[in-house]
Amino acid sequence: MQQDQLIPHLYRTEYRKIIAVLARLFGFEHIQIAEDIASDTFLLASETWGKTRLPDNPAAWLYTVAKNKAKDYLKHNAIFNEKVATQIKNEIQQTEDVEIDLSEESINDSQLQMMFAICQPLIPAEAQIGLALRILCGFGIDEIADAFLSNKETINKRLFRAKEKLREQNVKIEFPDSKEINKRLDTVLLTLYLLFNEGYYSSSGNTNLRRELCLEAMRLNYLLIQNHATDLPIVNALFSLMCFHASRFDARMDKDGEIILYDDQDSSLWNDELISRGTYYLVRGAKGPQLTRYHIEATIAYWHTQKQDSPEKWDNVLQLYNKLLILEYSPMAALNRTYALAKARGKAEAIIEAEKLTQLADNHLYHSLLAHLYTGIDQQKALQHLQSALKLTKNQAEKNRIKKNIEELEN
Amino acid sequence: MNDFLLIFRRDANFDAQLTPAQMQEVTKPWQDWMGSLAAQNKLADSGNRLATDGKVVKPGSIITDGPYVEVKESIGGYIVIRASSLEEAAELSKDCPILATGGNVEVRQILPMQR
Repeated sequence: MQQDQLIPHLYRTEYRKIIAVLARLFGFEHIQIAEDIASDTFLLASETWGKTRLPDNPAAWLYTVAKNKAKDYLKHNAIFNEKVATQIKNEIQQTEDVEIDLSEESINDSQLQMMFAICQPLIPAEAQIGLALRILCGFGIDEIADAFLSNKETINKRLFRAKEKLREQNVKIEFPDSKEINKRLDTVLLTLYLLFNEGYYSSSGNTNLRRELCLEAMRLNYLLIQNHATDLPIVNALFSLMCFHASRFDARMDKDGEIILYDDQDSSLWNDELISRGTYYLVRGAKGPQLTRYHIEATIAYWHTQKQDSPEKWDNVLQLYNKLLILEYSPMAALNRTYALAKARGKAEAIIEAEKLTQLADNHLYHSLLAHLYTGIDQQKALQHLQSALKLTKNQAEKNRIKKNIEELEN
Repeated sequence: MNDFLLIFRRDANFDAQLTPAQMQEVTKPWQDWMGSLAAQNKLADSGNRLATDGKVVKPGSIITDGPYVEVKESIGGYIVIRASSLEEAAELSKDCPILATGGNVEVRQILPMQR
């Protein structure tokens, strides 16, 4: 690897490990110290590696420097010693004895505990995702801003407020006890789900970044599966959902980053390996009585990996959307249910149901769906709905597609 | 928007006669109907089914076995929907699958307790 690529690469893989271990040592209230030490470590690397030759094992070099910086900090910072060092685990008698464990096991434990510390309902979901990206995934502020279609200043403020809030509430970096784990896990899983969706559905043009968001969500989800206490059916179901979605990465976007709709995808580009992984984890997730939205969504995603269209497939998908909606309403599920209804029972029945969804009248996707349903039945109405959709969408790629549809319909 | 309780009454003997396969066939229209209400964001609570057996407790420590006056009018279950008026709530109940098997739907507005 070229040296100019090496540091960004190590930053992505090692920064989060150093932070998690140091933050566990110092406590969440001093997470800034952990972040500063990790950043200083990388700064030193970029300054010295250019001048001297590369260390034989760059990651080990980073760990050693980070450890020494942490020990120095504990030794020399009087205020910190007074206020904090005494609170740090009792077994630490003298700062020289501090054991900073950067083994894989310790790193994984630290990351899991950090996941539970960050995913708290007391901060907004987007702040949880932002913190997860920064602390658990080692993303830069500019990358987070790019993913959220926002700017660095807004993201910095958001993360700062979230950390303040967690500090005020005296959040601990620790594993929740077995009584609490289910409740706490719900928040963690929701954050991972939203993190994945941020990558999968975001309108950010940066396709590499979007893919990385998805892969990070999968990595964190997999950490939970590897841990005995959190290897629960719901965790497997969510992982299965991510595998099925991720299997279409290469098929769902063209070279310009524009979305290719499901019906138009080249299914030979679907990733069979991920599809079979998804099936494996779906089966693992099916143990036990719990049927969550992740189970339902994963099963829908499973049916979408079946290339052959059949009434059976779409009737199954329809029933699953019914279940999903009965569990929890969402506009996307309402639209998808109607689409599945058309596939399973014909457009006429679907039009009756679609016309009832008046709450979606200002949603451009609703009008695109109605246009699709009326095409071949009432061209005039199809055209009207395409024009409504065109007026309502702000996304340029979407506008282009609707304009193309209008042209096709007029000819 | 207000919440309305939909009470489903039907002949209690009807369910008892169904085979599991027939039961499956009965369930699907319910999923479709409730899915349709939910797609309109008008399902407030997916409710529950009720067992046919019951007891009625009367003054003077008198406890009798239900069900009540008429087996044909036994309450089979309930859901809660959202609607802007009693008329709309009744309109939304027209497609309820209970009607296809000789049952009926009672529609009542829920008045939240003043606390």
